[in-house]
Amino acid sequence: MDDIEVDNLTKRFGDFCAVDRVSFNVAHGEVFGLLGPNGAGKSTLIRMLTTLVPPTGGVARVNGHDVTREADAVRRSIGVIAQAMTSDLDLSAEENLRIFAKLYSIPRAQYEKSIGELLEAVDLVPWKDKPLKMYSGGMRRRLEIARGLVHQPKIFFLDEPTTGLDPVSRVAVWELLSRLRRERDLTILVTTHYMDEADKLCDRIAIVDHGKLAALDTPSRLKAAVPGKANATLDDVFLHYTGGDLRDALQNPSGYQMPARPGR
Amino acid sequence: MIRIWAMIERDLRRFRRSPALMVMSMVMPLIQLVVLGYAFGGKIKNIEIGVVDHDHGVPALRLKEMFQAIAANARTFVTVPYDDEATALRDLREGRINGLVTIPPEFSRKVLAGAAPRLGLIEDNTDQFASSALEGAFQPLLAAYGQEPSGVRLTANVSLAVVEVYPYVPYIQYLLPGTIVLAVFVSAMIGGGIIFIDDKARGLHEGYLVTPITKFELILGFNLAGVAKAVLSGFILVTIGSVIAGIPDPLNVFRLARMLVLVVCTALALISMMFLLVVRVSDPLLPRALFGVLNTLLFFPSGAVYPIKAFPSWMRVITAVDPFTYAVAGFKSLVLKNTGLWAIAPDLAFLLGFTVIAMGAATAMFKRTL
Repeated sequence: MDDIEVDNLTKRFGDFCAVDRVSFNVAHGEVFGLLGPNGAGKSTLIRMLTTLVPPTGGVARVNGHDVTREADAVRRSIGVIAQAMTSDLDLSAEENLRIFAKLYSIPRAQYEKSIGELLEAVDLVPWKDKPLKMYSGGMRRRLEIARGLVHQPKIFFLDEPTTGLDPVSRVAVWELLSRLRRERDLTILVTTHYMDEADKLCDRIAIVDHGKLAALDTPSRLKAAVPGKANATLDDVFLHYTGGDLRDALQNPSGYQMPARPGR
Repeated sequence: MIRIWAMIERDLRRFRRSPALMVMSMVMPLIQLVVLGYAFGGKIKNIEIGVVDHDHGVPALRLKEMFQAIAANARTFVTVPYDDEATALRDLREGRINGLVTIPPEFSRKVLAGAAPRLGLIEDNTDQFASSALEGAFQPLLAAYGQEPSGVRLTANVSLAVVEVYPYVPYIQYLLPGTIVLAVFVSAMIGGGIIFIDDKARGLHEGYLVTPITKFELILGFNLAGVAKAVLSGFILVTIGSVIAGIPDPLNVFRLARMLVLVVCTALALISMMFLLVVRVSDPLLPRALFGVLNTLLFFPSGAVYPIKAFPSWMRVITAVDPFTYAVAGFKSLVLKNTGLWAIAPDLAFLLGFTVIAMGAATAMFKRTL
């Protein structure tokens, strides 16, 4: 049994189909990347897997539990880092972690130990008593990661964890995730817009476009499959599977014309 | 249970960090208590009354002396003599005087003949309060004038001996119960409604929804956290307000304890009502817009500033279902009559019943998903 099993998962909002019969599995210990343009349906997909949005059709099982019928069991086995930062800015790092530990009904002795370890892991011990409003974006993101792990989940969902961070903070977050994955034996499903990150860190990558699964494989195989490119990058893969609209617009003579650059 | 406490702890820690918002929720009702209490509570004095005497007889002179006595003692009105009526009327219309008493030419003759003499009182009725005060001052004055030994009484006057059960209640004290409820309401609005929607808009709820907390625990946690803040705000108002309004023995421990019980029931009812109203709202601007409407719709029909018996029937429908009504009635009983909790049992029962219904409905409407 894989940690995440998705079979024909669909989500409709009225006439609009945000996720259209998507199927994939994520094995235990895998880092699985979900790539796609804005509005492709990545966040909706991750929200269905984390019980935040009920699916319209199909089946999804996380850690062996159905996301619709056994939502509570799913919630106990997953950690979630949402796209927007969801920690309380008025509380300190330690307070945020403690509140969430209580929401998972973790015994006091256990969470006191675990919070200390997590704060050390995300390198926030010197600032643990300061309210989050004083933190930088990178520090907040690191705290969110610690918060998502406070109940020692098996599977970790991260929706664009490095968006809006400077390059140094991005590297720090990814190094942190790699380390935590090894130390805590985590399965990770992550969405990102940074191809270099996905290339280096993901075992497999799924490309989603217009709510459909456009491609799914290891980064090296995806790159090798791009036609006409000997040394294709993941950017080329991304454009190959999702850049259709842009190419159509440029090739359409009656459509939008790119303005000529001055001096050319 | 631990999850409910976690939600309460979260809110109280935030409150401790930035109490300014909640302090503001107490300042507004306190200002209202002092300003409205003194603006409406005083006796009307020094209304300027023009007097035109067409008679100049001794009975008219005696009448004017009685006017002077009022001006010197109760000071409800002061008189301004006029020689001609036209000038006096013009001054009345232009607001220089507030009323005009005309003593007709035949006044003295009719008094002496016992022939029901009449005085003319022309009043500026754009100000109902001043008009009522004026009429209230004139009726006993003319009754006293009629009892002078010069007149022959044809009928026996029946007098009324008034016994007041409670000490004199100034308007500021009458206003205090409504002010306490208003403080709880403002606190419920800020600590319950506005913070709930702001947290939702900032994405904080998304963080809670991926934990195993149930929707009942979440709603109860939000509600009890709001209640804790509203109780604090309401009880501070009870204490400070009682001192400001001059309630006798304002820090009586037993009465304060009874008031605390009512503050808790009021906070429960108003917070659960607030959650019911905002449970499906996402727009942070809506509760701010709702605030003024709710304040008017709930505060004024509750009997907080004017007796319910004066309301038209349609407004009494609002009064009947408005939790403010029962909270205000309860506080009036505890503050102004110093009764026990048994006397306000129906009010407490309504507030608790309202809480159960509103909280139940809010829980049913709360969406556990995004």
